Amino acid sequence: MITRTTLKRSFYQDSVALMGLARELRTGAGVRETAALMGTPANQALMADAGLLTEEARAAGPNDLVIVVQTDSAAEAEAALARAESLLTARRARVEASGRRLPRTLDSAVRRLEGANLALISLPGVFAAAEARKALRRGLHVMLFSDNVALEDEIALKRLAAERGLLLMGPDCGTAYLGGVPLGFANVVPRGRIGLVAASGTGLQQVMTLLAAAGEGVSQAVGVGGRDMSERVGAPMTLAALEALGADPATELIVVVGKPPAPAVRAKVEARLHALGKPAVVAMLGREVTAGRSGPLTTVATLEDAAAATVARRRGRAWEPRAFSDAAAARQRVKEFRAARGTGAAVVRGLFAGGTLAYEALLILEPLLGVDSVGGNLGGHGGGPHRVLDLGADEYTVGRAHPMLDAALRVEEIQRAAKEPDTAVLLLDVVLGHGAAVDPAGDIAPALEAARRHAQAHGRGLAVVASVVGTTADPQGLAAQTARLEAAGAWVLPSNAQAARAAACIAGEPRVAEALLDGGA
Amino acid sequence: MADYRDLFRHLGGELRVINLGLESFAETLEGLGVPVLHVQWTPPAEGDPGRARLLSLLEDEDGA
Repeated sequence: MITRTTLKRSFYQDSVALMGLARELRTGAGVRETAALMGTPANQALMADAGLLTEEARAAGPNDLVIVVQTDSAAEAEAALARAESLLTARRARVEASGRRLPRTLDSAVRRLEGANLALISLPGVFAAAEARKALRRGLHVMLFSDNVALEDEIALKRLAAERGLLLMGPDCGTAYLGGVPLGFANVVPRGRIGLVAASGTGLQQVMTLLAAAGEGVSQAVGVGGRDMSERVGAPMTLAALEALGADPATELIVVVGKPPAPAVRAKVEARLHALGKPAVVAMLGREVTAGRSGPLTTVATLEDAAAATVARRRGRAWEPRAFSDAAAARQRVKEFRAARGTGAAVVRGLFAGGTLAYEALLILEPLLGVDSVGGNLGGHGGGPHRVLDLGADEYTVGRAHPMLDAALRVEEIQRAAKEPDTAVLLLDVVLGHGAAVDPAGDIAPALEAARRHAQAHGRGLAVVASVVGTTADPQGLAAQTARLEAAGAWVLPSNAQAARAAACIAGEPRVAEALLDGGA
Repeated sequence: MADYRDLFRHLGGELRVINLGLESFAETLEGLGVPVLHVQWTPPAEGDPGRARLLSLLEDEDGA
């Protein structure tokens, strides 16, 4: 085995560009393993884990680009590094050929783009707050996509934003939709009359895509970051966004998506909603949600219910939560999957790209499978055997791209779960839209097929249960992505909540299916 | 807190975006016809987060 390194001093590249480069290099002849990373300490640790921390890589600084290839022969290594060089040169040539000289600082960009009104910041977290502060001081609204931003910085930035009447969306704001423009990870949805405020990126995507499927569109969607409604932060951006949506003539109904806020914060948010006088649907995902209606406010327990209640309110119809949109079909599928289940296989393994989707699945699985029997990395009560993993959590994404972009980590986890003989169900989300991977279903489908074959070879059936967060207008296409998963043997349900219930019906005690499917499977 | 009631009247006219970070976000916006300028950003202070923070505090003192 030959290992070779190229070090490019002071050559910063963003994580998505580097992921694309590594992916290209992996297709080269004889390439066994490769890394294309900035030489930060975190990345050096990753390279060490992968056996790729060469002397040169060890000597790299945070602003140096490190490319390491492992091949069978020296000639293949040289060819791979030459290819890396030409890909990097081609990228630069493409930018220069477009006749643009890109500004190197925010200040210079502000001077060049007349009337600039929003800074979209997705820099590494440790540098993001300083740029966000500069942007606010120059009168720009900010969407702060970056995670790993300190709480103290968030509080200070939001104070500054509020003094100036600006939005500071984030940190860790994955999705927003302003004036018809999708920002960050965003699905293609029609414009319409529903305004949303969300402390959750994929939660917002699930609600917006289900609204789109029902023919409803979005006026504005403001992401506020997962901590905005915490006691320390105090919901300044949630309240600002509500005030703005309340005064927006295009917005007829308001949806709020998040986790349960601190009681004092909840009181402020609800008071603001009551004062606006517009109908509102509130989906604060938590263990103790009491669904119901109070004045203009409808409170719901799931993201799907948020969309369904919104559509019902808009059309003046009554609405009741449903476990499945097609109970008869669900009953049949559950019956088949339960019959194929191997002896001793009774465990759900949830492998999620979307953090809120993972959390929603956990909340649905806990009461169905036993509160103490669902573990994972989301603060579940139990240690297992059922497991729900948010693979986009900070501990998984240091030095690597988010699983909505790069399926490598999820593929590894699918392989691992398939080998565990007690696995009955793999529960998954697939998120489409701008910013997401080009073919997210295709990225995991071969691993799903292999997992099912592996289980079959060991005399047990493995159910793959999934939902696709997307619209027919998304670049990846909802129908094509669904078809790809189905071709790999997956049961694809219309929402994340339904997928979680389906998983529980297949893996759980018979009483679960009986309760949810009215007569059982 | 400032008044946010006119927020979408101001923002709704036209979004004009400065992009720092993932260049793919700028490419998406460009594809949608949204005015966007990508910044060829490099980490300050040779990528040392501690020194970068000090630098940004100094810049703040200079005022903006």
